Amino acid sequence: MRAVTPVITSLTLSLLCATVLGRPAAAETTTLRMAWYSDGNEGEVMADLLKRFHEQNKDIEVVLDQVPYKAVNENLPVQLASGQGPDIARVVDMGGLSRFALDMRPFLKDPGYWETNFGPFLEWMRPAGDTQAIPGFMTQLTVTGPFVNKTLFEQAGVAMPGGKSTWEDWAKAVKEVAGKVQAPFPLAVDRSGHRFYALAMSQGTKVFGANGEPDVVDDGFKRAAQLVYDWHKSGVMSKELWGSVSGTAYRGANDEFKNAQVVMYLSGSWQIAQFAKTVDNAFDWVAVPNPCGPGGCSSMPGGAALMAFKTTQHPKEVARVMDYLASEPVLAEFCARSLFVPGHLGLTKKGIDYPTASPEAAAALKIFTASAGQVSPLAYRTQGYVNSRIIFNAVISRLGQAVSGETTLEDAEKRITADVAQQIAERNKK
Amino acid sequence: MRLGILLGQRRNGPGRPLHWTDIAAYVYLALGVMLMFGPVLWLVLSSFKTESALLEFPPSLLPFAQVEVTVPGQPQKLPLFRTTLPDGSVRELAQVRRIGLVAQMVDPADPSKQYRVAIDKREPVRRVALATENYSEPLQRFAFLRFLFNSVFVTVVATLITLLINSMAAYGLAVYQFPGKQAATLAVIGTLMIPMTIILVPVYLVVTELGLANSLWAVILPGAATPTGVFLLRQYMLTLPKDLIEAARMDKASEWQIYWRIVMPLTLPALAVLAIFSIMWRWNEFLWPLAVLTKTEVYTLQIALNAFQGELQTQWHYLLAMTVVTLIPVALVFVFLQRFIATGIGSTGMK
Amino acid sequence: MSDAPTAARPQPGMAAGALARVAVLPVGLALRVLDPPMRWLQRAIGVRRMAYVFLLPNFAFFGLFVFLPIGINIVFSVTGGTALFPSERPYVGAEQFAYLFDCGSYLDPSSCREDHFWRGVANTTKFVVFQVTAMVLFSLITALVLNMKIRGRGFFRAVYFFPVLLSPVVVALIWKWILQRDGLLNAAITTLGGQKILFFVDPGWAMFWAVFVSVWAHMGFYTLILLAGLQAIPADLYEAAEMDATPRWRVLTRITLPLLWPNMIVVIVLALIKGAQTFDEVFVLTGGGPGTATLMVVQYIYETGFASQVQNFGLAAAASVVLGLVLFVLTLLQFAAARRKEI
Repeated sequence: MRAVTPVITSLTLSLLCATVLGRPAAAETTTLRMAWYSDGNEGEVMADLLKRFHEQNKDIEVVLDQVPYKAVNENLPVQLASGQGPDIARVVDMGGLSRFALDMRPFLKDPGYWETNFGPFLEWMRPAGDTQAIPGFMTQLTVTGPFVNKTLFEQAGVAMPGGKSTWEDWAKAVKEVAGKVQAPFPLAVDRSGHRFYALAMSQGTKVFGANGEPDVVDDGFKRAAQLVYDWHKSGVMSKELWGSVSGTAYRGANDEFKNAQVVMYLSGSWQIAQFAKTVDNAFDWVAVPNPCGPGGCSSMPGGAALMAFKTTQHPKEVARVMDYLASEPVLAEFCARSLFVPGHLGLTKKGIDYPTASPEAAAALKIFTASAGQVSPLAYRTQGYVNSRIIFNAVISRLGQAVSGETTLEDAEKRITADVAQQIAERNKK
Repeated sequence: MRLGILLGQRRNGPGRPLHWTDIAAYVYLALGVMLMFGPVLWLVLSSFKTESALLEFPPSLLPFAQVEVTVPGQPQKLPLFRTTLPDGSVRELAQVRRIGLVAQMVDPADPSKQYRVAIDKREPVRRVALATENYSEPLQRFAFLRFLFNSVFVTVVATLITLLINSMAAYGLAVYQFPGKQAATLAVIGTLMIPMTIILVPVYLVVTELGLANSLWAVILPGAATPTGVFLLRQYMLTLPKDLIEAARMDKASEWQIYWRIVMPLTLPALAVLAIFSIMWRWNEFLWPLAVLTKTEVYTLQIALNAFQGELQTQWHYLLAMTVVTLIPVALVFVFLQRFIATGIGSTGMK
Repeated sequence: MSDAPTAARPQPGMAAGALARVAVLPVGLALRVLDPPMRWLQRAIGVRRMAYVFLLPNFAFFGLFVFLPIGINIVFSVTGGTALFPSERPYVGAEQFAYLFDCGSYLDPSSCREDHFWRGVANTTKFVVFQVTAMVLFSLITALVLNMKIRGRGFFRAVYFFPVLLSPVVVALIWKWILQRDGLLNAAITTLGGQKILFFVDPGWAMFWAVFVSVWAHMGFYTLILLAGLQAIPADLYEAAEMDATPRWRVLTRITLPLLWPNMIVVIVLALIKGAQTFDEVFVLTGGGPGTATLMVVQYIYETGFASQVQNFGLAAAASVVLGLVLFVLTLLQFAAARRKEI
C-alpha cells in the first residue's frame, strides 16, 4: 500500500487546487467578467485596453473571457436567463438579448455623451417599448457591401460597372468575367439573412406592414428572392454557399475569395482587416459601392455591441468600465487598431486614421464609411427591430431549401411568413 | 516467393498452399490500414501548411512554402518566382511588387536589373517548410498549461468516479437477486437512449441549481454514471464463477470486501476498457463544457482551442493544427494500449 | 508493432493488470476505509438489501442528471414561451405536440407545419437503414478477416479500432477537409481525368458520405464485438469441417454465421440506437445540407431548443420526448433480444 500514498497525496492536492483556483480572489478589488468573441485581432486590442484601465483603476479588474462565437450565440441567453452570465459581453443579437440589458444611466458619468454619440444604435439594444435606456455601445458598426477581384476583371478584359450600376448589371459582368477566367464563383453572397436583406433593400422591400408588424414577403422581397433563385439556376451564384448547409448556418466565401475563385463577393466591412492580411498582394481587391435597384442603393447596417447585463452584482463598476471603453480616444484607438468602422457619431464625423492599414484596406474603409452614411432609415429600423434575427433566420433557412431544389420558391416564401409569425408568437407567450 | 511462404505459415504449419481468400484478406487489410490511418495522416500533414498553401489546388502532399530572399536595396524579404521571360528563357526572379496584371521583378543576383513580367508567366519557387506558427500562434494566446491541467483533472477525476460507481452498480446487478432488479436494469438501458444533446437545457438548470456552474465539477459529475459502463461491467461480472463469492461469504467476508477484494481485481480487463472509453469521452467533450464553463480559468482544452472561431470565419490553418493538438493523447493511448484494446474488448464478455 | 501469432492471444494478466492496478489504486484505498461502515450497514439491513447500497450512487447520479432532466423536459414540452425556469412558463397543454404532428400527410414532410422535424425523421430513418446495413456488412467482413490466422493480427485489430477513439467533431473535420471542393479526393479525381464533384451540394452524395464517415468511425467497435463472438466458436467444429474437406463458403454459411447470430443482434440493435442518436458527426460534416437532406432529428432538437435565436425549449422538448419514446421501443427490442440469449 506504500506506493499508494503519493498518488493519494497528488490527488488530494489537485482537488484542493481546483477548489481554490475555481473561486475568484475575495479582496477589495472588484472582478468583472467580459465575454468576448473575436473575428480578428480585436480580442488582443481589447485585452490591452483593459490592462490599461486596470492600471488607472486599481479597484476594478476586468477578466476577458475569450469564447467561440458559438458560445455568445447559443449559450449566453441560457446563462443570462439562469443568472450565470457575465457582467459584460460582446454580442451580435442585441434585440434578442435586450431583455437582459442593464440600463446604465444612473451610473454613467455623462449619459448625454452616450445619447449624442451612440443615439441611433442604442435603439438596437433597448427592450421593446423602452426609448431611454443606455445598455451599451457598438464595438463596431458594419455595413454590407461587395468586394471585387479587380485583377480578374482585368484578365478577362471586362470593364467594371460604375458607381450606380444595378445588381443585374453586376451579375452580367461577373458572369462574363468568370466565364473567361474560369472562376467557379462569379458572385458569392454570404449565406446569411442579413446579407440577403442588403439585396432586398435595393429591390424595394418594405419589411413592415402598415400596422408596424413585419410583413416580410412583399413585392420587393419577392424580386430579390427571385434574383437569388435565378442566379443559382444560371450559375451566377454557386450552390456551394447557400445550398450546401441547412437551417441558419452561416457560410462565407472568404477562403474562396482569397484564392481568387470569386469575382464579386457581397459581404461587409468586417472582412477588410482579414483580406488586407491574407490576400496581401496576390491580386487587386477593391470594395465597391453597393449596387442599386428600384429600392435605392442602401446597404444593411449591423455590427457588434458591448452590452452590460442587469444580472451583474456591480452595476457601478460596470458603468465605469464602459465609460472608459466608450470614451472617444479609447474607442478611436480600438477601431484604428482593429480596422473597424466606428459606431460613434462623433468619430464618424471626424473620421478615423488607420495607421496600420495597407493602401487597399484604407481605400476599402473609405468606401464603406461613405456607404455607412447612406444607409436608409428603413435599413436601420430593420436591423434594430427586436425580432430581426427571427426574420433573417427564417429567410436564409427557407431560401436555402429553395436554392438547393428541395422546395419551390413560392413554398419557401409561404414558409417564411409562417415561421416568422410562429416564432414571434412563441416569444410573446408569457 | 518468400513472401508467399511467409504468408503461408498458417496454423497447419508451413508449406500449406495459399488459398485465394488469404490473398484477398491481406489486400483487404492493406486497404484498411490506408483508409483508417490515411485521413489522420493527411490532417497532420495539412496542419503544417501555411494558410495560403492550404488553399492551393491540387494540394501538395507535403507542406511547401514559397521561398523568400533578401535582395540588397529592398527593405523586406521578397518572394521568389520561376519566371519565363519574353525571350523564352527561364530565370528565378524576386518580385518587388505587382501592379494589375504585371509584376515588377528583380534578379536577386543582380538587383540593378528590373523586369516587367505578366503575372501568368511566373510560378512560385517553393520548398518543404513546416508552418509551425499554426501551432505556436494560437497556443501563445492563452494559458495553455492551465487549460491542460483542467482537462487532465476533469478526465482523471471523472474516470475514477465513473469506474467506482459503475462497478458498484454492475456488482449489485450481477450478484444479487432483489425486487426491482428488472426495473433497475431497464432504467440503465433507458438511460442509454438519451443523448446529452437533447436534455442539454434541463441538465444545465439542474447544475446551476446545485451551484456548480463554472466549476470543473459541473463537467465531471453529470456524465459520471454511464449506462454503457454499467452494462459492460455487469456482463463481465456475470461470467465470474458464483462459487467464488459463496466461498468468500463462508469465510465471513463482508459484501463490501467481496466487491473490492475479489470481484474488482477479476474485472480488471473490463475496468481498463471502460477507463479507456471514459478517458476518450471526457477528453473529447465539447458541447457540454461550452455550455457550463464561461470563465477562462476553468476552460478545458477543447473550449480554449476553439476560442479562435469567430462569427464570420473559420481559420482552417489554426483549426487543423489545434485538432492535431487534441489528438496527441488519443495517439498516445493508441500507441501504448493498442494491443490491450483489441484483447480487452474481445474478452469483455460480449459473448 | 508486428505481433507474432502467439502474442496475439489475449494476455489480460500482464498489460491489463499493470494498467488497471495503477488506475484503481487510489480508489482501492478509499474502498478500504469504507469497509467498517459498510459492514455495519450489512448487519443492519442484511446481505440481500446490500444490492441497493451498491446501486445507490450510480442511480443517484442517474436520477439527478438524467431522470430529473427528462422530467423537466416533459414539463418544458407542455409549456410555452421563452422563459428558462419551468415555474415561469405558461402551461399550453398538448399544443407543442399538436403543432409537431400537424401534417397533411405523414409521408410527405412538406405537408407538415413543422416540416423540418419530419424531414429530420425521414433523414434519420434513411440514415439508420443505410448505416446499420453497411456497418453490419463491413464489421462482419473485417471480423472474419481478422479472425483468420494471419500475421500482425493484433496490429490490424487496433488499426480498425483507432477511429473509435477520435471525437465525432474531429472525425467530421478530417473528412470535411478531404471532401471539400479543393480537397484530396477531388485532387485524385481530377488527376485521373475526372471532373471535380461538389459532394456537399448533391443530396445523394451528402447522405452517402454521412453514412460512410459514420461507418468509418464506429465499425472498429462493432468489429471487436463480432470478433469476440467468432473466437467463442469451438475450434473442433472447424477441425471437423476441415476433415470433411467442406468448402470454405459452406463452413461460413453453415457454422460461422449461425453461431455468430447472437452477436450480430447485439451489433444491429446497438448500431440502430446509436444511429438514431447521430448528431455532431453529421452536423459538422454536412451542416444538415444540402437543403435539409442530411438534417437529423437530434440536430433539429438542438437547433430548435438551443442554437436558434428564439430558443424554443417547449417545441424542442416535445420533439425530444417523441424521440425518447421511439428510442425506448428500440431499446425494449434490444432487451428482448438480449434476454433470449441471456447476455
